[in-house]
Amino acid sequence: MSGRNVKWLDRVSDRHPGLGRGLKYLLAEYWGPYWLATLLAPICMLGEVFTDLLQPWFMSQIVDVGLAAGDQSYIIWTAVKMVGTSMLGIVGASLCMYFSAKAGYGMAKELRGELYRKVQSFSFANLDVFKTGSLVTRITNDVTQIQNAFQSCTRMLIRSPFLCIGGVIMVLIISPKLSLVVLATLPLMGIMIYTLMKRAFPLFGLMQQKLDRVNVVMQENLAGVRVIKAFGRAEYEKERFRVANDEMTEVAMRANRIMAMSFPLINLIMNMALIAMYWFGGQMAFGGELQAGDIMAFSNYILQILMSLTMSSFMLLFVSRAKVSIDRVHEVLNTHSDIVSGEHGELEVTEGKVEFKNVSFRYPGQGGEPVLRNLSFTAQPGRTVAILGATGSGKTSLISLIPRLYDATEGQVLVDGHDVREYDLKKLRKGIGVALQESVLFSGSIEENLKWGDENAPDEVVKESTRIAQADPFIQAMADGYDTQLGQRGVNLSGGQKQRLSIARALVKRPKILILDDSTSAVDMATEAQIQKGLREVMHACTVFIIAQRISSVMDADEIIVMEDGKIADVGTHEQLKERCGVYREIVISQLGKEAV
Amino acid sequence: MQGPRRGPGRGPGGPGAPGQKVKLKDGKKTVIRLLGYLKHVKLYLIGAMIALLLSSVASLAAPRVSGQLVDAILNKDGNLLLQMVAFMGALYIISSLFSWLQQIWLVKVSQHTVQVLRKDLFDRIQLLPLRFFDSKPHGELMSRLTNDVDNVSNMLSQSMTQVMSSCITLVVSLVMMLTLSWELTLVSLAAIPLSMVIVRQVTGRTGKLFKEQQAALGELNGIVEETVTGARVVKVFGREPNVIADFEKSNEKLTKVGVKATVLSSVMGPLMNAVNNISFALVAGIGGWMAISGRVSVGGIQSFLQYSRQFARPFNELANQITVVQSALAGAERVFEIMDTEPEPEDDPQAYLLDKPKGHVVFEDVSFGYTPEKMILKHVSFEAKPGQTIALVGPTGAGKTTIVNLLMRFYDLNGGRIFIDEHDITDIRRQSLRDSLGMVLQDVYLFSGTVRENICYGKLDATEEEMIRAAKMANCHSFITRLPKGYDTPLSEDGGNLSQGQRQLLSIARAILADPKVLILDEATSSVDTRTEMNIQAAMLALMQGRTSFVIAHRLSTIRSADQILVINDGQIIERGTHDQLMEQNGFYARLSNSQYRAKSA
Repeated sequence: MSGRNVKWLDRVSDRHPGLGRGLKYLLAEYWGPYWLATLLAPICMLGEVFTDLLQPWFMSQIVDVGLAAGDQSYIIWTAVKMVGTSMLGIVGASLCMYFSAKAGYGMAKELRGELYRKVQSFSFANLDVFKTGSLVTRITNDVTQIQNAFQSCTRMLIRSPFLCIGGVIMVLIISPKLSLVVLATLPLMGIMIYTLMKRAFPLFGLMQQKLDRVNVVMQENLAGVRVIKAFGRAEYEKERFRVANDEMTEVAMRANRIMAMSFPLINLIMNMALIAMYWFGGQMAFGGELQAGDIMAFSNYILQILMSLTMSSFMLLFVSRAKVSIDRVHEVLNTHSDIVSGEHGELEVTEGKVEFKNVSFRYPGQGGEPVLRNLSFTAQPGRTVAILGATGSGKTSLISLIPRLYDATEGQVLVDGHDVREYDLKKLRKGIGVALQESVLFSGSIEENLKWGDENAPDEVVKESTRIAQADPFIQAMADGYDTQLGQRGVNLSGGQKQRLSIARALVKRPKILILDDSTSAVDMATEAQIQKGLREVMHACTVFIIAQRISSVMDADEIIVMEDGKIADVGTHEQLKERCGVYREIVISQLGKEAV
Repeated sequence: MQGPRRGPGRGPGGPGAPGQKVKLKDGKKTVIRLLGYLKHVKLYLIGAMIALLLSSVASLAAPRVSGQLVDAILNKDGNLLLQMVAFMGALYIISSLFSWLQQIWLVKVSQHTVQVLRKDLFDRIQLLPLRFFDSKPHGELMSRLTNDVDNVSNMLSQSMTQVMSSCITLVVSLVMMLTLSWELTLVSLAAIPLSMVIVRQVTGRTGKLFKEQQAALGELNGIVEETVTGARVVKVFGREPNVIADFEKSNEKLTKVGVKATVLSSVMGPLMNAVNNISFALVAGIGGWMAISGRVSVGGIQSFLQYSRQFARPFNELANQITVVQSALAGAERVFEIMDTEPEPEDDPQAYLLDKPKGHVVFEDVSFGYTPEKMILKHVSFEAKPGQTIALVGPTGAGKTTIVNLLMRFYDLNGGRIFIDEHDITDIRRQSLRDSLGMVLQDVYLFSGTVRENICYGKLDATEEEMIRAAKMANCHSFITRLPKGYDTPLSEDGGNLSQGQRQLLSIARAILADPKVLILDEATSSVDTRTEMNIQAAMLALMQGRTSFVIAHRLSTIRSADQILVINDGQIIERGTHDQLMEQNGFYARLSNSQYRAKSA
């Protein structure tokens, strides 16, 4: 188990694959179904490139052949040919656009789907590593970035080199001697662009970091506005923001100043080459080596070659931004869930007996002391087990081992006598109802949310569950009752209402094992008592685990497990523990007063 | 220049997707206001514009010279060739130099403007009342602070020059063309209506598709956002196949619309290109024919062709820039909207400076609602004597938190008055009021930064000893010292590397360090475990000594030790008194309290 963890972490930390490796990986996996479109896009682009290259040549023919001979029909015929080839160009370019869009969107769709399915297959440990917010960005923004880069690749990055190579061929055909001007300029351009990019790239990276910082400060000011106002820290925050803002502006200025230099400089080199060409070409024309039309064509090709070079270098900058996205996507796709279904697919939870045998647990990737140390206990079917203990004593960790949200590092967790790792994951979790500490609801109607665990649950079961969870009255009080639409994550409900709904949602599943992880913290005492009463009366066949802070929530349990520092301090009923367990007595006194003991 | 120009590979409908309808409320006013931001960089802006003019004109003169170069070559005139080469070289050097100056100055203009804009916006947000934040989703506000400001920056750095240089190009090219040959100019101009028709046709159709695509993207992102953020619940309930099916459906839809929109819109480029090529061919053909009869020189044709190419471009660019400018102005409008939001009213200059108050708090017939239609508190009156502990008890949503919010003056009242030490709180300087009140909020909020920074948020100039003492009192010193870097351990965003209880303890330490005269505990201890809570309570009791305290808690022990219990239901105080008095009344409180004992005896 731990060996597997290390390997998995290695894979995660093994990020920063080169652009080439990332691209190759994506190419193989996701462009696969769209290889034809991916291939056809640049091929069709060749049609347009061809047209662009032919036009200046036709032009020189008009001047050198048509004009020189005064042949009007030749001139007009050449013009017709020019129109004809430009039509070819349109067709080629349009087809290229079509294929590139098809390939781009197709690739993005596959990639997005693959990422999404991957994330849904992640274990809790994986989700802890990545943070859900970052996963959302990866599936949405990063994929779009990659798609954009891909589409410009199929269009521009292919077009430019071809235009450049074609242009070089054309000038070589016209005059190898005069081509020396072009060939001399090319390396100069190359070196200059390389130097500029080398300086600008890291600055753009840095700019992104500074921008992130600005965004973090802003985000915090929106989310923490009450704290800031309560402590009167407006000036402090302004200063914090000023620093972030200034730093970012400073880097942005530096980066953009380099970029500001690049265009005029590239233009200057390009134009100087043009002038040199005119000068030398002119001399050659005087000697009869070259014709005026050739020089005109030459000037056009020089512009085309140098323009395409500039374009492709800027495209590179664009694609390099996608590299970051590729790395981030790659990282997700290369992570594999460490929790897989067991081999005994036929096993189902039937009774709800839960047994811990010498269980120790440590969160994957975390060193130090284990969170749980050598726990053993048995919860018989139908019993209510409460877990009480200090923050960080391991209560939530303990219950998350039952539905295999995490796997025990050592020892065994058994449900109905079988190791949880033997079960099919779906079937295991189907038998277990959980209301987590944080109650997350989804957009959709209240009823859809309640049936989240069992879409085919009959109405009576839903009704009964909401009655037990004390949610029925407030649902009924809403204008649309059970059909009330909830906003994203149930934003239109209060904390207590959300908690009651998430308890009801767990009950609708009719689980054999029910886990309530501090899920009544925002519910008032009277309501909580009602919920517990309902659970006792209706869910008596169900094994219930309750994590709670209030003594009143746990004192009726059949068994109370008192946790301390990852170990079980004591197990017993309220009466027993009150007598013999010091930790428990302290808690009782603090909450109920001396006379309760 | 903001990195590379918008590549021709227009993405699958970013915010600037063409055809997106942008409604401006009052464009003119927004522009004038934006111009106000340019005042500080006026000289740079004027310099940039002059440089732009010089560089454009210089580079636009070059084709004319190149035509004469061709003629010089044709006429084998070595002298003229040398002159023209030298002239052209000079033109290009001037053009590049001024273009560089223009860009550098413009970077200064745009970056500086945006920096100031962002700062102003942020500063204004600090002044806004809490009510404002209640009414706007954070996502939307963030988008104004980032996207909208970025759009303005793009407009300033790109669109302004683009528009200006497009106009210059248009005018200069036209003049040059006309002086070269009016006949060829007519031929060239014939292509313009054609391109206009194409642009209109294509954008009309794509507009709708892009909107559809935007909607599909929104839907998909919504699904991802929700189900990935809630991935843990999806797992626990085994809903993976369902959410994946929903996602696939939405993904498919986006792809279909996206391909359609992109293909249709990207036809525009080649079409325009074709129109240009055709007009290029026409000019070449007709020009050649004219050259035979000597009505135009070969060099003239060469120059003309270059101008006609340049002439076609500005139309395209202007059309593009219009969308950019529109969305930027819309962004600016949204930014200004925040800046125009009424801030918390400023303190009266004669307002009282509350310094070390005794802590005598009086609510007098207070009524309040977050919206005028729904009153949360109705005619609430009570008095807290200095040093007293007041417990606020009642069901969720009864209005307990609201009382606390009003005391902090997060909101202003709809009726009645609140006094601290005989001063109406609206007559007290807001900051001195909040400084005197300490609050441990229901949702703990910590900032990115170290543990130390978070605790010292309560008192920025706290000494090491003061901080540690506060941490010890809140019982978090021991776990902090066990963190990898102790007090200098950085908290991850939203403090995710601490447990709920630990975060709560930190926020208590923060409040202790602030040393307020009136203490408000808003259900703060509800998720701190019971054992830790005992220690906190001991610390709190010490802290509460001599301080007026308002406690919203569910714990009976806390409630019982209070000097006064206010039982709140449905926005009204329905019972008040000590625990014993209220038990004797045998009313709402007694029932509430008994439910706890009932559970105990069962």
